[in-house]
Amino acid sequence: MLTIKNIQAKVADKQILNGIDLKVNAGEVHAIMGPNGSGKSTLASVLSGREEYEVTGGEIDFLGKNLLELSPEDRAREGIFMAFQYPVEIPGVSTINFMKTALNQIREYRGLQALDSVSFLQLMKERMALVEIDQSLLSRSLNEGFSGGEKKRNEIFQMAMLEPKLAILDETDSGLDIDALRIVANGVNKLRNKNNAIIVVTHYQRLLDYIVPDFVHVLYKGKIVKSGTKDLALELEAKGYDWIKNEVAVA
Amino acid sequence: MNTLTTSQEIANEIVSSFQPTDFFTAIENRKKAIDVLKSKGLPASKHEEYRFTPITKNLEKKFNWKSKPVVASLKTIDEFLIPVLDAYVLVLINGLYSKELSTQEFPTGITVLSLKDAIESNHPATAKYFDKLVNSETDSFAALNTAFWHDGIFIHVPENTTIEKSFLILHLNDTNQESVICHTRILGVIENNSSIHIVEKFDTVGKNPVFHTLTEEFIVGEQTSFEYCKIQNDTKLNQVANTAIHQSNSSKVNTFTLTLQGELIRNNFNIIIDGENCESHFHGLYLLNGNTLADNHTVVDHRKPNSFSNEMYKGIMDGNSKGVFNGKIFVRPHAQKTNAFQSNRNIIISDSATINTKPQLEIWADDVKCSHGCTSGQLDEEAMFYLRSRGIAQPMAKAMLLYAFAVDVLETLQHEGLRTYLDNIIAERLHKNF
Repeated sequence: MLTIKNIQAKVADKQILNGIDLKVNAGEVHAIMGPNGSGKSTLASVLSGREEYEVTGGEIDFLGKNLLELSPEDRAREGIFMAFQYPVEIPGVSTINFMKTALNQIREYRGLQALDSVSFLQLMKERMALVEIDQSLLSRSLNEGFSGGEKKRNEIFQMAMLEPKLAILDETDSGLDIDALRIVANGVNKLRNKNNAIIVVTHYQRLLDYIVPDFVHVLYKGKIVKSGTKDLALELEAKGYDWIKNEVAVA
Repeated sequence: MNTLTTSQEIANEIVSSFQPTDFFTAIENRKKAIDVLKSKGLPASKHEEYRFTPITKNLEKKFNWKSKPVVASLKTIDEFLIPVLDAYVLVLINGLYSKELSTQEFPTGITVLSLKDAIESNHPATAKYFDKLVNSETDSFAALNTAFWHDGIFIHVPENTTIEKSFLILHLNDTNQESVICHTRILGVIENNSSIHIVEKFDTVGKNPVFHTLTEEFIVGEQTSFEYCKIQNDTKLNQVANTAIHQSNSSKVNTFTLTLQGELIRNNFNIIIDGENCESHFHGLYLLNGNTLADNHTVVDHRKPNSFSNEMYKGIMDGNSKGVFNGKIFVRPHAQKTNAFQSNRNIIISDSATINTKPQLEIWADDVKCSHGCTSGQLDEEAMFYLRSRGIAQPMAKAMLLYAFAVDVLETLQHEGLRTYLDNIIAERLHKNF
């Protein structure tokens, strides 16, 4: 589904990614871990098309298309979704209107008819249940005054509405207590199937107790320095990142 | 001559065109105003109150002061009406009151006349209130208006009167033959325990510009509700409007000023809260593009204790447009327990657009709650990216954010139909399509 080849990127003249290779197939969950400043969020930003990140080399193929040539909105329309680490508060725009606009823009791109209000509300109710989010929250201005947990739940609600082929969860666990973490992870698990893929970007192993990855990659100094199964995440949790840094230094 | 004024030439030209014999009413007021104009001239670019608004320069270029009011040939006003507004329609064309095109029947007790007729027929409210609220000595354009006004509208609502319908005042100009200069006045006296809803709209047909000075004086009685909305959406308009509202005890005032188009618009808006337990909301929105300049100078003057005022003006500047906001709040020494709030927020969406904003609070009482805030910036890039990352195209994302920014100024409008009408105009203007 997604093939990243030797991707290099910088932001404000600072080189952050130094050649990342990664292949993600449908049905897989990949976890990207790594110490602070290793480039995890930069990778997520490059995939979602943030303009301030400049790709200086390499290629990204998503379902046969050159992802780097697509605008952020076209990436979303092709099936990429990023759950933000810091979801933006937008006064005056309700989540409901926002989702209706987004969904219909995506449907239009795919040559589908716009959903009428009744079908939209039906779909919304169904997906609200998945992430245990209340309609009163969705009628309010997008994320305005939401708690950390509510914001992250809203991200997963949006994911449920848009049904992406590839979802990137950027530090979705940050700022969540255990209960909120469980609700968010359960939502993600319910959306997981053999036709979609998920990249989980996280610092900590605890999210991976709930969203169990097929592969774990460790990012360090802008490169994937180690890949493994979910056991690698447990090892990192037990030993920290220093042994990996040492391995890299020795090599 | 004061160094802050300029163009004695243009002022002289204007003054010398004044012929008392052209007018029949309010001659003494006119003569006094001419003296003010003689001594003050018109504001130059260094004049503090007109620093960002080079209206005098604009006038020198575009208008012939020797021309007399042009009689217009407008036959119908249908296209200028607001369909959702069930209203008594009052029409001024090129500055002259058109009785034929205006509503002629009003509920018992309510007086509506051409202002000229009202003064000539010695209506008691004209003697009491005409030319009292707007100070010709502090604003040369107010003086210009007082000296030269051709006609206007007088509305008197007696005590204990609730009017179901709205009033729609249409300021129409026909510039097909040549540019138009006109000076009009509105005097509205709404006595105690009554209510009124007034909407004003400006439209021009023809390709030549209009220079319009408008002086409006509204007296709002005790326990009276005054709803006022001004819609400036006229590409040809150069205007200086001096609007003053005087509030008495327990009165309620809601105003909304929407500026969408025009060459140069200056709104001097002066609210005198001269009563206790008043509640006042002053909202404004300017959505500017092209070369439009819109300048809102507002004064909220709390003279008595225990009143509340909230002022909220917002602007979006595109193209080469210029926005100017100046918000003065006075809280007089004995106006204790005043709550006065002001905010002015601006978004600039093109490199060549500008905004100059300045809050000025003078608080002389010590037991008050007052706050003000002004912001100007660009569209939030992070919010744009968030919307786009969900599949929303950039132009639509921009429209969504601008609309969300702008539309809450409509909140205090009581008339639902009008609110929807204005909401649609704003949405269309911001290319909202969702």
